[in-house]
Amino acid sequence: MNRVLHKFTRNVPDWQPRVTPVKLDEATPEQLEALQVTPSNTKVSDYVLTLAHDVESLAVRSPLFNAIMYDPGGMSRAERELGALAASMVNRCIYCAAVHASRHAQLEKDTTITDELFARGENADLTARDRAIFDFARKSAEAPPAAGPTDMYALRNAGLSDAEILDLILSSALFGWANRLMHVLGDPVRKETGA
Amino acid sequence: MTLFETTILKKSGLTPDSGLASAASSRANIFNMSQAAEQAVLRPEDCGAFGHDLRAALAARVARQAGEDALADHYASAAGDKAGLADPGVSDADQGHILTFVDKVANQTRDVAAEDISGLQAAGVSDADVVRLCELVAFLAYQTRVIAGLRLMQGTAG
Repeated sequence: MNRVLHKFTRNVPDWQPRVTPVKLDEATPEQLEALQVTPSNTKVSDYVLTLAHDVESLAVRSPLFNAIMYDPGGMSRAERELGALAASMVNRCIYCAAVHASRHAQLEKDTTITDELFARGENADLTARDRAIFDFARKSAEAPPAAGPTDMYALRNAGLSDAEILDLILSSALFGWANRLMHVLGDPVRKETGA
Repeated sequence: MTLFETTILKKSGLTPDSGLASAASSRANIFNMSQAAEQAVLRPEDCGAFGHDLRAALAARVARQAGEDALADHYASAAGDKAGLADPGVSDADQGHILTFVDKVANQTRDVAAEDISGLQAAGVSDADVVRLCELVAFLAYQTRVIAGLRLMQGTAG
């Protein structure tokens, strides 16, 4: 039996689709081609098989996702993860928040920041730089987007370059997209071990 | 299409002589892929239940709700006789369940629950069309936020 999670955690859960994923042995040639551009091509996840229902979108989104999160230059990978995490917390995508909090902790070799964020949310005790990054990403993720000039000045005052700010805009906005797939199309679940 | 003709850069007002042109050029691959995503989500070859005109109308509606009027106008101009649905105040007897879902995914994302999906399924929307609809709304969430962020960066936000 699977239990649906409602609280933020760094311990990445399973993901249970709310629609029936594409069956790999029934996939069209176009779907098979798009499925290969995903990072895990040995075992395709239910999430990616779900997105394969809209294969044209999947085929363009996977390389775009990788470029925004991993291309060299600009903002550090850990800070891009912080932008992703802020959006995921606003949209309460428990699965996305877990993945990107755990990546942030791995990259920083430190769980302090994500512990603090999960415990205290927007009131977390952060450095001025992390505070500016988190607040900008958090407000951008609201609907309608609520970041304003004050938030942009805070980024510049914290020492972020144009290239870094651009990467933050992209990574937090990307999770406006990812959260609306992951959180809407399925549930974050944990297998209950028999009692 | 050149980099500065992509929808995101154009609607954010960023031009080749902008102080941010070099930062934008260093991520040209991302803006070009974002444009390819717009094509795939708004004007796909396989539309499922949602034709290009209806997709354009829904995109305009979401852009309008996000306060991105120039982007909303861009999409509304391609909505044909579906353009009425681009007005966030409009509901529609035939498309009511679609509009309700689109509005909620766009604006109350955190509150979306399993019942919202099963409701669409009960109304006869196929699983593939549920995914298509989510991709459309989700892409617009991305595109509107990148445009808003770039405009803020340029210091031209209202």
